[in-house]
Amino acid sequence: MSDKHETAARTADALPDQQPNQLPDEIGGARDATHWAKAVSRLNVSQVPEGAINLNVTGKRLTSPIQGFGKMWQKTYQVRLPQERVSATDLIATWKQRFPDFWPEGNRFYAPLTGIEPGEVALLNMTLPGRMKLSTGVMVLYADEESFTLMTPQGHMFAGWITFSATEKDGETVAQAQVLMRASDPIFELGLTMGGHKQEDRFWNHTMREVAAHFGEIAVVDTQVVCVDKRRQWSRWSNIWHSSAIRSTVYMLGAPVRAVRARLGGKSTG
Amino acid sequence: MTESTATFDVRQIGPASIVDIRGDVTSGSEDVLMSAYDAAGNAKSIVLNFSELSYMNSGGIGLLVTLLVRVNRQSQKLLAFGLSDHYRQIFELTRLDEAVGIHDSEQAALRAAGAG
Repeated sequence: MSDKHETAARTADALPDQQPNQLPDEIGGARDATHWAKAVSRLNVSQVPEGAINLNVTGKRLTSPIQGFGKMWQKTYQVRLPQERVSATDLIATWKQRFPDFWPEGNRFYAPLTGIEPGEVALLNMTLPGRMKLSTGVMVLYADEESFTLMTPQGHMFAGWITFSATEKDGETVAQAQVLMRASDPIFELGLTMGGHKQEDRFWNHTMREVAAHFGEIAVVDTQVVCVDKRRQWSRWSNIWHSSAIRSTVYMLGAPVRAVRARLGGKSTG
Repeated sequence: MTESTATFDVRQIGPASIVDIRGDVTSGSEDVLMSAYDAAGNAKSIVLNFSELSYMNSGGIGLLVTLLVRVNRQSQKLLAFGLSDHYRQIFELTRLDEAVGIHDSEQAALRAAGAG
């Protein structure tokens, strides 16, 4: 568990397009104003935590499902807990605070030092089928007391967002993770159809069970998968240029060369 | 979060259907929004009026993406007006502005819909 719980030494800042410290009154007085990230053109990671690879985040744009390639899916994973054990707001507060703890082994979420707050960027090191390592990230798009949403950048496995929420109903607190996504490019789309969807289901089932277990419940995960749009957006095939899978693989293959260069550089300067 | 407090009233103007949105748009608004879309019928353009929107979370934005898919499937256009600076920023942030035509006024939106 310790290897995936990275209390990062601060990850990232977004590059604001707009005035960074606008008050709600200055942006129309909307009640949700402080819950949303400020508009950004491209992501920027100012400090990379030890062990994290910032390979596919800096300089990337955010991508909604509109910019993705593959079929559009909405996947919902829910667990139910007794309300007397945890309220919706307490559950979300804990989830934000301990987010990396609930992930499956082999996957790391380098949380921002300031926590899951709107506009913060987190780096991810994932393990895909075939033990392939993939480096990417997410930005906190939205966060309030009952929910938070992570949005993906260009090159991520999927274009879209994941919303984590909790609600209270009939004496139960329902924790939910909901993914709205398209595979970013043709390779990831192929990967999803060849086992990727099942792996993603396993990933979030594990996460939801861990959330429930944290509150002392052995929960059954209710999974609902809806194909929102069966059409693939072929005009987006060129997203493959940003593919974090390809870029991560090239980076890994270049590791020996970088090691030799570093050694030679160290000798010449030492 | 699951209960909807938003209303979606539909007006037909020529080839466009205007959906007047009032209140809080969250994921709980799905049924009422989709009912409004069904009521909009076979309009060539669906025009969303956000001038009375008071709150929207990420679930609400997700609903708009889902609506966009349905609109595209019917070869309709999705337009919007009445967005405050704050909600315009959110449309830019989530890149919805690349798929939804955003206009300053109802007249401008209707002109774009071919109903002005």
